[in-house]
Amino acid sequence: MFSLLKSRIALSATLFILSAQVAAAGEPGHFGYGKVATPAEIAGWDIDVRGNDGAGLPAGKGSVQRGADIFAEQCAACHGTFGEGEGRFPKLAGGNGTLQDDRPEPTVGSFWPFAPTLFDYINRAMPMPAPHTLPVDDVYALTAYILNLNDIVANDFVADRDSLPQVKMPNRDHFIWTDPRPDTQDRPCMSACAPEAGVKITSTAEGRNLTPRTTGPLDTMQPE
Amino acid sequence: MPADPWRNTWRNPWRKLPVVQKLAAPGNPLARRSFLKLGAALSGGIAIGAAPGHAEDAAPPADSPWSQSLGAGVVDRPYGRPADTEAGVIRRNVPWLTAGTQSSVSFSPIQDLHGIITPNGLFFERHHAGRPDIDPSQHRLMIHGLVERPLVLSMKDIMRFPSTSRIHFIECPANGGMEWRAAQLNSLQFTHGMIGCAEWTGVRLSTLLEEVGLKKEAKWALVEGADGAHMTRSLPLDKCLDDCLVVYAQNGEALRPEQGYPLRLIVPGWEGNVNIKWLRRIKLGDKPWFSREETSKYTDLMPDGSARGFTWLIDAKSVITFPCPEKPLDGPGLYEIRGLAWSGSGKVKRVDVTVDGGMNWQSAILHDPVLTKALTKFTFEWRWDGKPALLESRAMDESGYVQPTITELRKQRGTNSVYHNNSIQTWQIKPDGSVFDVQLA
Repeated sequence: MFSLLKSRIALSATLFILSAQVAAAGEPGHFGYGKVATPAEIAGWDIDVRGNDGAGLPAGKGSVQRGADIFAEQCAACHGTFGEGEGRFPKLAGGNGTLQDDRPEPTVGSFWPFAPTLFDYINRAMPMPAPHTLPVDDVYALTAYILNLNDIVANDFVADRDSLPQVKMPNRDHFIWTDPRPDTQDRPCMSACAPEAGVKITSTAEGRNLTPRTTGPLDTMQPE
Repeated sequence: MPADPWRNTWRNPWRKLPVVQKLAAPGNPLARRSFLKLGAALSGGIAIGAAPGHAEDAAPPADSPWSQSLGAGVVDRPYGRPADTEAGVIRRNVPWLTAGTQSSVSFSPIQDLHGIITPNGLFFERHHAGRPDIDPSQHRLMIHGLVERPLVLSMKDIMRFPSTSRIHFIECPANGGMEWRAAQLNSLQFTHGMIGCAEWTGVRLSTLLEEVGLKKEAKWALVEGADGAHMTRSLPLDKCLDDCLVVYAQNGEALRPEQGYPLRLIVPGWEGNVNIKWLRRIKLGDKPWFSREETSKYTDLMPDGSARGFTWLIDAKSVITFPCPEKPLDGPGLYEIRGLAWSGSGKVKRVDVTVDGGMNWQSAILHDPVLTKALTKFTFEWRWDGKPALLESRAMDESGYVQPTITELRKQRGTNSVYHNNSIQTWQIKPDGSVFDVQLA
């Protein structure tokens, strides 16, 4: 009798534990699929660095001098020795004061708002043929060099997790982070909408020779 | 009853030959003349159907060669493909636009498409480090950061979650970006081809976020791809919980590698760039990350030198897809003007069409289904008198937003903002029926 009671208590305790382990719908672990990520797994993929305050910057450092050597080896073929950009590859330096021009030149120096973003981008996406293969110190060095090319840091600058967030980018305060749209005022006019002077064609793609026709046999675009 | 008479006793010797060769083969009495002509038409770059009379030998009263021969059997093409004569219906790129093809874009041939669903092989591409070819058995999605229970999910795990299917467009915000300053490209494919619409199947992002358990400080999600760009954007949590999907299928089959196989994010109604392909990581945080793709790129430069960031929404837009530069008119008469409209804010409510450059407008017919944040088809019957005309369409969505003219957009944003050109497109019709991309004042 006593042992039966004991086993009943044990059984109900077991049931309680089981039910506690099954999360209700909408609660964490309800489905129970996959496996909980280990700290090591997270550390391997947790590469992001936050632009505005550098959160996530790893230990390590790199100088402008070292960056110049790595840049010549890894980057200059596309970006040019001084970041001027080869062909249509991005120009990394210069363009200061051009953002209001007819042909602005947005570069790291003239446009980018946050220095840690440069570390993050080089680290995750460069060099293009072998992304995310450079040692952390090399990424810091390249970051320092590109900032130096833009006259944002001195020749003796060393980039690390403390110094990069301190760098104030020239264009930092010229971003609006709240979308102001809708910003257009058109109304759905249905008749007699155009000005008295009538409709005028201001530009045409005709004869501009910019339309690729290189692939596919079946275009019927006129004229040839 | 004998065994299947076809089995082992008869093999079609033409099976491996292209259709033109088959039909022009000796012994096919009808074939020779008509298919020499057809072959010439193909190699000469003239569209089938656009050169009248090229196939008169197959038209009544003659019987056509394909009606007098045995066709290819089932599983001749185990995974089907378009007819050989549709070979020109392909994605194309603009070689002068980018340094190479790996960080580049291709445009969908919307001048040749007919509904609101884009075929998977023709969906536009935008890669930042080329197309990775991923082994799905090794692909993982990690969700971590400000969560109670960080998870690593395999594709099998993800496919066990409750599934949902929804039809949404994806548009690159740079669609039309080459037209800010002036009409440049005489082609619907190149002015509007960075858009596609598909039925996406996967799991709601909100389901996955409930499964990991959000900490109350979580306000933003970093979403990241497994491609060489480790493509990264920040998304506000409200949008993640509202209608985002983590999908593995497109139009009923597994995603194409170009579209993020085996897993991508769908952020309905927002710029294409945030719909991260090859999705491998979601990290919850309290602030946005200000990644390169949301600071130096995908921000809109204004005339005063300031730049707008986090401009995710695709505003209402429409375009006439017939006629267009690639599909001219064939003489005066009755035509159905056809087009597509869409809005990231919800459903398209109305589309108006003008044939006189915007002086007078009439509402077009919207065709079912009219779905939220999806392509919507419109048509408008028009009798062309053979005189010069200026065709435009103007979309309005259920929020009351009206698609602007390029003049109005330039007034607000200048010509250097690259992204979010949702202006009204003008097609100029000349008396010979040819069509040109123009802009009006």
